[in-house]
Amino acid sequence: MLKTEQFILNVGPQHPSTHGVFRMIVTLDGETIVDVDLVLGYLHRGVEKLAEGRTYLQSIPLTDRLDYICSMSNNLAYCTAVEELTGFEVPERAEYIRVIMAELTRVVNHIVCIGFYLNDLGAYFTPVLYCLREREKILDLFEAASGSRMTCNYVRFGGVAQDLPEGWLDQAREVVAAFPAFVDELEELLSTNEIFVARGRDVGVLPPDVAVNSGVTGPNLRASGVAYDVRKAHPYSIYDRFDFDVPVLHGGDCYDRYMIRILEIRQSLRILEQALTDIPGGEVQSKVPRKLRPPEGDVYHAIEGPKGEFGWYLVSDGSANPYRWHVRSATFVNLTVLPYLCRSHTIPDLIAILGSLDNVMGEVDR
Amino acid sequence: MNAAQMFDQLEAHFGDAILETAEEKLPVVRVEAARLPDVAAYLKDSPGLDFDLFVSVTAVDYEDRFEVVYLLRSLKEGHTLVLKVQPDREDPVVPSLVSLWEGARLQEREVYDFFGICFADHPNLKRLFLWAEFPGYPLRKDFQYTASIPYSEPPGQEQAYNL
Repeated sequence: MLKTEQFILNVGPQHPSTHGVFRMIVTLDGETIVDVDLVLGYLHRGVEKLAEGRTYLQSIPLTDRLDYICSMSNNLAYCTAVEELTGFEVPERAEYIRVIMAELTRVVNHIVCIGFYLNDLGAYFTPVLYCLREREKILDLFEAASGSRMTCNYVRFGGVAQDLPEGWLDQAREVVAAFPAFVDELEELLSTNEIFVARGRDVGVLPPDVAVNSGVTGPNLRASGVAYDVRKAHPYSIYDRFDFDVPVLHGGDCYDRYMIRILEIRQSLRILEQALTDIPGGEVQSKVPRKLRPPEGDVYHAIEGPKGEFGWYLVSDGSANPYRWHVRSATFVNLTVLPYLCRSHTIPDLIAILGSLDNVMGEVDR
Repeated sequence: MNAAQMFDQLEAHFGDAILETAEEKLPVVRVEAARLPDVAAYLKDSPGLDFDLFVSVTAVDYEDRFEVVYLLRSLKEGHTLVLKVQPDREDPVVPSLVSLWEGARLQEREVYDFFGICFADHPNLKRLFLWAEFPGYPLRKDFQYTASIPYSEPPGQEQAYNL
């Protein structure tokens, strides 16, 4: 076989499609990608070390800044891990509020992912603005509840920071009721669009065995035909009370990774409808000691974050500061498959594949 | 399979290599570092155990010892296992599990980067988030903070920057 000289191309760290600061050293043979080397750490802030010098409570704002699109579910993952360590009870109303916030976050994350995926495909910034317009309605809800659009810092050990303001539930019901129409509109524009389908079908195919072996979780795994969802497999909070399905697709390509997110938005809206109807009154915070000193021991607890299994490994030495505070980040582990997916594709496909994997570098670099 | 059956099966098969078993919130098994690849391969491939999902690997510095903590899950059986290994504090080396689970590739590099624990036979064991000349391993408890650590260019990568 004829072999040409290999060519090394540097993509990033500043590149419009890297979703943060992230560099890839791509080895090309002609136009074909032979290998991709990942260079990480441009957003590394050392949160795991920082958290060791703070109390458990002081670390909640650090979790906002991991995956800055999904601060609510980051809060939830951390707080449920600490609750696993301490055994705090959570009042009913707070559990419902948490589920509502976590599912709204999933909707936000998935429309942002779809919007920026289109950016990566070359539909530059027109489609994403429609997505961001809808996201803003949910961010308004977050702001009303927590005081902040993006870094919410809302969930607390044994509850949430404060009760929902008056009229919040009605506003949320309106947003949730109007949302399916937007998803339909998005689907009408995209799902059967010839160019969109051609750019995604059979590009970056991730077979299920490779996906599982590489530790891929979340929508990316479910697009490859593996029905693993932490909400069903290892239920936490009150997810066992809601009626919802775990959508699974079998193509494993970029198009299916787009499609699975559309389907998951619809399921999240289903959960939201039920939760917004059933939410009881009452307290939102249980009695928790002011100075938190969890018993000695270690614990791992994960939730189904919008990007995959998102968990904490915590070690307590009985003092007020965590001894070890490790984040199991979904996107970081999902990046393991990027070189595999890109091989024998071209540079435009590399950008599409990266967009379809839904990375946020704040969570990768930590 | 419940935790006790899992422990029995492992102890019957590996005997003394299983140093400790405990049933906490998740089942915990501590094994001899040298036997780790055998135990891991057994966990991955035996029917009934089927630990196919490598969730995470991380480490803890307990000052007198290191502990490397693996979290494994089985999608088929729905169970989870915490696997622990305690490498030598002075010369910490643990066998790499990349040949079993590709998911260990980046995470083992992360542990190496922050703790200086080497993973023998890892295909590409170099620092992941920090640069090659970074002094020390920051998540070790004896790491000394300084106000700022100057960045230095990794050798051999200048070419890629200048493209």
